[in-house]
Amino acid sequence: MKILLKNIEEPDYTGSIQDYRRKGGYTAVSKAIKEMTPEEIVEEVKKSGIRGRGGAGFPAGVKWGFLPKNTDKPIYLICNADEGEPGTFKDRIIIEKDPHLLLEGIIITSYAIKSHQAYIYIRGEFVYGANRLNSAIREAAEAGYIGKDILGSGYNLDIQIHRGAGGYICGEETALLESLEGKRGWPRIKPPFPAVEGAFRCPTIVNNVETLANIPFIINNGGESYAEIGVKNSTGTKLFCLSGHINKPGIYEFPLGISLRSLIYEHGGGIKNNNKLKGVIPGGSSMPVLASDEIDVSMDFDSLANIGSALGSAGVIVMDETVDMVDVSLNVAKFYAHESCGQCTPCREGMPWMRDIISRIKDGKGKKEDIDTLLDITYNIEGKTICPFGEAGAWPIRAFVNKFREDFEKHIN
Amino acid sequence: MEFSQETKQKFQEILSHYPVKTAAVLPAVHLAQEEFGHISEEIIEYLAKFMDMSPVFLKNTISFYTMFKGKETGKYLIQVCSTLSCSLMGAGNIIDYIKEKLNIDVWETTPDKKFTLVKVECLGSCGTAPVMQINDDYYENLTEEKIDEILNKFTNK
Repeated sequence: MKILLKNIEEPDYTGSIQDYRRKGGYTAVSKAIKEMTPEEIVEEVKKSGIRGRGGAGFPAGVKWGFLPKNTDKPIYLICNADEGEPGTFKDRIIIEKDPHLLLEGIIITSYAIKSHQAYIYIRGEFVYGANRLNSAIREAAEAGYIGKDILGSGYNLDIQIHRGAGGYICGEETALLESLEGKRGWPRIKPPFPAVEGAFRCPTIVNNVETLANIPFIINNGGESYAEIGVKNSTGTKLFCLSGHINKPGIYEFPLGISLRSLIYEHGGGIKNNNKLKGVIPGGSSMPVLASDEIDVSMDFDSLANIGSALGSAGVIVMDETVDMVDVSLNVAKFYAHESCGQCTPCREGMPWMRDIISRIKDGKGKKEDIDTLLDITYNIEGKTICPFGEAGAWPIRAFVNKFREDFEKHIN
Repeated sequence: MEFSQETKQKFQEILSHYPVKTAAVLPAVHLAQEEFGHISEEIIEYLAKFMDMSPVFLKNTISFYTMFKGKETGKYLIQVCSTLSCSLMGAGNIIDYIKEKLNIDVWETTPDKKFTLVKVECLGSCGTAPVMQINDDYYENLTEEKIDEILNKFTNK
């Protein structure tokens, strides 16, 4: 069951508009704009149960429903293509290999939320991706799918690529809005939520690339069909990203609910050099690591949350027995220390503090109390910041310490 | 120093897609970096006037973003990813190898101003780790042989 990689996995597929249409592309946008009302489209997406694919897993249809019903202000759609969660590389493959799938999803969504201006906020480093999308936008505009009076319906839509310039935090939706507006990527306090007051103080929806790429399927086949794939509360397929000490790294599309063990051993080819698994991060570096005896878990939002971790972006990072979790923790702590936007004291001060403690431990200069201090810092960051970056940096360190305490203690004696 | 006519036209086209001029700050700074190589104090003064904003405010914004360069770098900016998956797959060795080959440390530029080496965070290509970006292009599944090939190609240009 392939929704997102259906075209990409065909050997000679180039991603051109001709190839895309030959494979049935742009029939959904025609159906949506000519045969459905915006409200009907929102209903289908709600029925599909699709949850955001960027990392937070918020139901997309519900988010769209937060928009004000009557407003004089322009409504904006923003496609979040600021893919930067370590371990995640799935949006890039859609952008580079099947850009029209994303564009069709954006056009339908814009129509559904009554937006006439969409922005694709793409991370600055994806230069090739931005160029690819710009070509695809030109192709789609020439074919009449973007611009004025789309398919003779009277509906107008402009899609503009907005390149970022580095900074993981700009993937957080409110930081993205600040960056779009030409400022530092400093997250905003919520409420107000973007649906009420977003870009330029207007109602705005921000959706991830992968979320939007699912919309054509939902329109073509109906929300209920989509909801039959996957498991309860985690419907549809997901692009799983395998990296680290795995024999076959790459992107794998499966219905949500596949077991992590199966992903690693059956599809990912198992651990390199036949080594033993030590730990695996299931959803990008912001999500708590799982020990080797925790991999018989269903890869879905609720199951992973129930064991104290999260599906996140489904960036699965595999680590074998040769790894010292102190090194891993240090790498992760350095990342969050570097990427902290600096607004909130617990995060701005706490992330580098954790990095420095772990660094000291690694150099053999750690003290017994350091491990508990690390845990204490995580509790003083969590819940005390403007945005979830605080949790994103705190949870991983807590999990590394709790599940691999011996690795830390080893350096202290 | 000022934008060429062509760049000014490009900017006007970009601006037409935004409701306010300030939203075009990032596109304007990208254009400036493409045209001038890096964003010096002089260019910030020019851009601030161009964008109708205070230089201090603009500098505040620019300094947030890692891709905007305040100093000149070598012709080829080698950005090696050092975040988790790349690190697990040997990014440290890649960095050491390049340091040795070019005889520079991280954050330094070769005397002939050809190469600058920096470490960056996750480039979003973890499945093909270790990875580096040189100027606009990604180089994936790196090995010492591949690095030799890539550096030779640029050295001979």
